[in-house]
Amino acid sequence: MEDRLGMGSRWRVAILLLALTILTVPILVGYVWILISTFSQRTYGLIPVDASGQVGGLTLRNWSFLWEDPNIWKVSLNSLILAIGLTIGVVVVSSMAGYALSRIGFPGRRVFLGTTLVLHAFPSVTLLIAIFFVLRWIARIPVLGRELPLIGGFGYNTLGGVILVMLALQLPLGIWLMKGFFDHVSWDIERAALIDGCSRWRTWWQIILPQIRPGIAALAIFSFISGWNEFLIPYTYITDQQQSTIAAYLNKLLSDTAPVNYSQVAAVGLFQLIPVMLFFLFTQEYLLSIFAGGTKGGS
Amino acid sequence: MSESASTARALEVGKMRRLQEKTSLRSLLSPLLFMAPAIVLVVVFFFIPVVIVLVISLTDMSTATGFNNWKWVQFDNYSRIATHPNTLPVLRNTLMYVALTLSLFNVGMALVIALLTTHIPRRSGFLFRALWLLPRLTPSVVYIMMWKYVAADAPYGILNQHLLGPLGIPPTNWLPAQPWFFVILTNGFIGASFGMVIFTSAIESIHRDYMVAALVDGCSLWQRIRYVILPLIRWPLLFVTTYQTLSLLTSFEQILLLTEGQFGTEVWSLWAYQRALSNYWGNFQWGFGAALAAVLVLIGVVMALVYMRYFQFNQLVHEPKIEAL
Repeated sequence: MEDRLGMGSRWRVAILLLALTILTVPILVGYVWILISTFSQRTYGLIPVDASGQVGGLTLRNWSFLWEDPNIWKVSLNSLILAIGLTIGVVVVSSMAGYALSRIGFPGRRVFLGTTLVLHAFPSVTLLIAIFFVLRWIARIPVLGRELPLIGGFGYNTLGGVILVMLALQLPLGIWLMKGFFDHVSWDIERAALIDGCSRWRTWWQIILPQIRPGIAALAIFSFISGWNEFLIPYTYITDQQQSTIAAYLNKLLSDTAPVNYSQVAAVGLFQLIPVMLFFLFTQEYLLSIFAGGTKGGS
Repeated sequence: MSESASTARALEVGKMRRLQEKTSLRSLLSPLLFMAPAIVLVVVFFFIPVVIVLVISLTDMSTATGFNNWKWVQFDNYSRIATHPNTLPVLRNTLMYVALTLSLFNVGMALVIALLTTHIPRRSGFLFRALWLLPRLTPSVVYIMMWKYVAADAPYGILNQHLLGPLGIPPTNWLPAQPWFFVILTNGFIGASFGMVIFTSAIESIHRDYMVAALVDGCSLWQRIRYVILPLIRWPLLFVTTYQTLSLLTSFEQILLLTEGQFGTEVWSLWAYQRALSNYWGNFQWGFGAALAAVLVLIGVVMALVYMRYFQFNQLVHEPKIEAL
């Protein structure tokens, strides 16, 4: 336990911890319930019970989808492709735009920056019908539309199309985050690179990007999580079972079978949560350094 | 010796000339290339759809008319909104929902958690922040199901079973009894983590010297928060407030899953969604839904502009220093 500046006495730490714990109780209780219910037939509050209401009734049935339904692995793979594709897209596009907006003076820069923030006010979901038309137009483009390997293309009913839509929706956050990081990179470094004859592209790629690694990591994590978890957009634009994602699979459990097995829903949900949780644990350091990065070497 | 010096000078001159050519040639081209992917995406997936929505909002398009038999109705949809009996209650709900969730959780709770977790040992702080991120990481279907079980009637409900039962309060399903309490709580617990992450990193990156100075001057914890930390994280605070206001205005997934807008919890975006894309009667009123969406866009844009003006957006946009080269 390393000392922190101004942490104060043991007593104050204890009081702060207590306050935090009290605030966090709803989350703790909720997730303990999820965990218990995935291994029980049903639950009374936090107590597992069997069909007749007696304490007990622990079971592994709710997890049986893992070895009985091969579909779960297919949809997991699709979700993974979606999440990775989205992450790469968001990082590349927003770091390019963020760099230009932060470091290069050009007409319309201020307007574009203001517009990106306002864009976030556009209710994505109410644009769903309109985006549907757009995706159908893209689907008519040969090759790009619907004949690419892995992502299927960029049109309607393909993973690539969903990636593009989600990428656009993530741009306001991505561009602002990236711009904030680029703002903190020392001008001396860039000036030195340009004077030495570096092109703007090489400066961006070789000199400036490495400076904002923590920011890229933070944005990548945010994007990965939203790609992995997104339900509404893949659900709306992918009707092909082969391209379906894990969130849609989860929803199907709720709507298809007549008596819904909520414990199984919780189990699938937990299964979906585990990779994200692991991913987060390994990258937490980067995630929390959104503002800390890129200030080396003065400004 | 002198020869190599003159070659060096010649090289230097050549380099400068090339640099000048480059800057003049690329001064317009390269920012455009950097911006191109973003611009294309924004045009294709924001501007074109918004135009389509505006056009549809001037028609009576619905499942009844299909995509072929619709006709122009000019501003009928908008005048229907103006006189609709739901308009005022839904507007009031939306304002209440955004204001309460934003102030209590997305900014308030986020700030409290960020401050608390940065003033305890690092490892415990990490643990608590991870716990607070869980709601955002969990699939919303399962997250909402969890809250339904918290509120459910006896014997299933956690509240009834473990807290209110022992206190002697008669059990009921608390969701219809206190719908707003749960709507704000479910959204708030998700919303708080966004601000928490941003505030935490902002607080952690405050220079040690400020803290040392405050400590040397004998500041109490409260004084340090009020006079050192809060002023220094002003920009993140403003950004989160603006961004989350807009997020809340257009969000409805959790409310849809929790109450479907019943018990008086209908908000504007949910209204638009249900009219246009999902309702029990299967009659999707795309025209009317698009008009509702257009109104929401207008409200959002106006609020964003007000925020930007109020928070002096222009100060955020530093002029680049490199052109002074």
